[in-house]
Amino acid sequence: MIEFQGVTLGYAGRELLSDVTIKLPPGSFHFLTGPSGSGKTSLIKLCYGEMMPSAGRVEVFGQDLGALGRNATAQMRRRIGIVHQDCQFLDHLPLAENVALPLHVAGLEADTGSLDELLAWVGLSGQADALPPALSGGERQRAALARAVITSPDLILADEPTGNVDWEMSLRLLRLLTELNRMGKTVLVATHDMNLIRAAKPQVQARVLRIQGQKLQLAGADL
Amino acid sequence: MTRLRLRINHALALLTGNPRADRVVPPSGHTATLTSLTAAAMAFLAVFAMALALTTGRLAERWSGALAKTATVRISAPADQIDRQTSNVLSVLETTPGVEFARGLTEDEVRALLEPWLGPDLPVDSLPLPQLVEITEADQGFDAEGLRRRLQAEAPGAVLDDHTRWRRPLISSANRIRSLGLLSLILIGGATAAMITLATQAALAANGQVIRTLRLVGAEDSYIARAFVRRFTLRALIGALVGTALGMGAVALMPAAGEEGAFLTGLGFSGAQWAWPLAIPLLAAIVAFTATRLAAFRTLRTVR
Repeated sequence: MIEFQGVTLGYAGRELLSDVTIKLPPGSFHFLTGPSGSGKTSLIKLCYGEMMPSAGRVEVFGQDLGALGRNATAQMRRRIGIVHQDCQFLDHLPLAENVALPLHVAGLEADTGSLDELLAWVGLSGQADALPPALSGGERQRAALARAVITSPDLILADEPTGNVDWEMSLRLLRLLTELNRMGKTVLVATHDMNLIRAAKPQVQARVLRIQGQKLQLAGADL
Repeated sequence: MTRLRLRINHALALLTGNPRADRVVPPSGHTATLTSLTAAAMAFLAVFAMALALTTGRLAERWSGALAKTATVRISAPADQIDRQTSNVLSVLETTPGVEFARGLTEDEVRALLEPWLGPDLPVDSLPLPQLVEITEADQGFDAEGLRRRLQAEAPGAVLDDHTRWRRPLISSANRIRSLGLLSLILIGGATAAMITLATQAALAANGQVIRTLRLVGAEDSYIARAFVRRFTLRALIGALVGTALGMGAVALMPAAGEEGAFLTGLGFSGAQWAWPLAIPLLAAIVAFTATRLAAFRTLRTVR
């Protein structure tokens, strides 16, 4: 699903990742941890082509991202659900339209029933017409997750999805992510919250990747 | 051919396409309003520049057409010789190849020619006015230098004026004014393109986060560009339509040139020329479409 081959990444004059080689198989669940500024977000960005490695090769769905043109990159991203730490909504559009955005850009129509069902799944049934700035941090994160899965992508990338929410909401988001993994989706969650990783243990068979000293290590045994 | 058709279809898709694409970009506010206003002002000026170019074109044609085929012989001689010299001049002209017709102007005609300058109560009898002979050239024209020499021999008081001396600078001036009018149209088009490019770039810069979000959810460049291209092209088209209508109205209200001013015809359009300004909104839309598209794709290339 995701394969890094000798990936090195320089950013702002320093090397964030050095000679990283890793393979995440389809249907797997991985946490990505590491100190602040260690390169977790950058590694996530490498997975969907927003950043390109200074050396090495990143393959997603068997495609070398460095060889993809702009339209092919856009097509590839339609198979990935991305949850950003800052959610990145279009603030002038109601929540329902934001959630349905990946469908619209792909030229597909959002089925109203399915959209309602999805909003209910993330607990936002009553907020369909609300503008994103009117939502709380937790609501925004759940809406971002709903947007990430609306096209039923094969791969979910979440960058600190619980960064701005309380513990209860963190557990709720974690449950949603593990449910998606049970549906067969490959999930990669970047987080610095070790409690969240521990809380996942009873729910999912996940592995932990740790960035340390510019290297990516597979930490310990399966959770 | 297929490639051209694909390009045209692609361009039309950028304009028509999915109207929902418009909604993903927040309202541009002042930028879009200024685009409409500037397009309207530019179209208004373009109508006048076009009127100037077409009017001077008509003027040049009129001067060259009306004057190129005529010439005048002016006979200044003592009163007792004037009739004889006039008769000699007419005889010479009758046998000159390239002269289709020649006749001496009557006293009334001379009076009518001088009336605009000297008033209606002109005492023709008391003035030493020359006798004028009007010549109409045949298509092949005549040899002016040869005719001058023959007139000199037969009628020493006769001077041939083939109008070249003052016709050329007039036509030259009219042609230059027409060129200036066309240059003005090109400058107006260039200024419109520059203004719309700046407005688009400002809108794109202000919506950097929107563009980034759209790219991340899988939007292709054409989807994102469509919103900007449609918005600015339609704004420019509507602005140019209003400006053109106002400009045509203003030209129509210009005072008409009556018979007394027929030589210096009034600024405006004549007959089918009224259709020409209708091209201005279309050209404005094409300029806006091209400028917006180039600016949008240039900016989008900076976002992965």
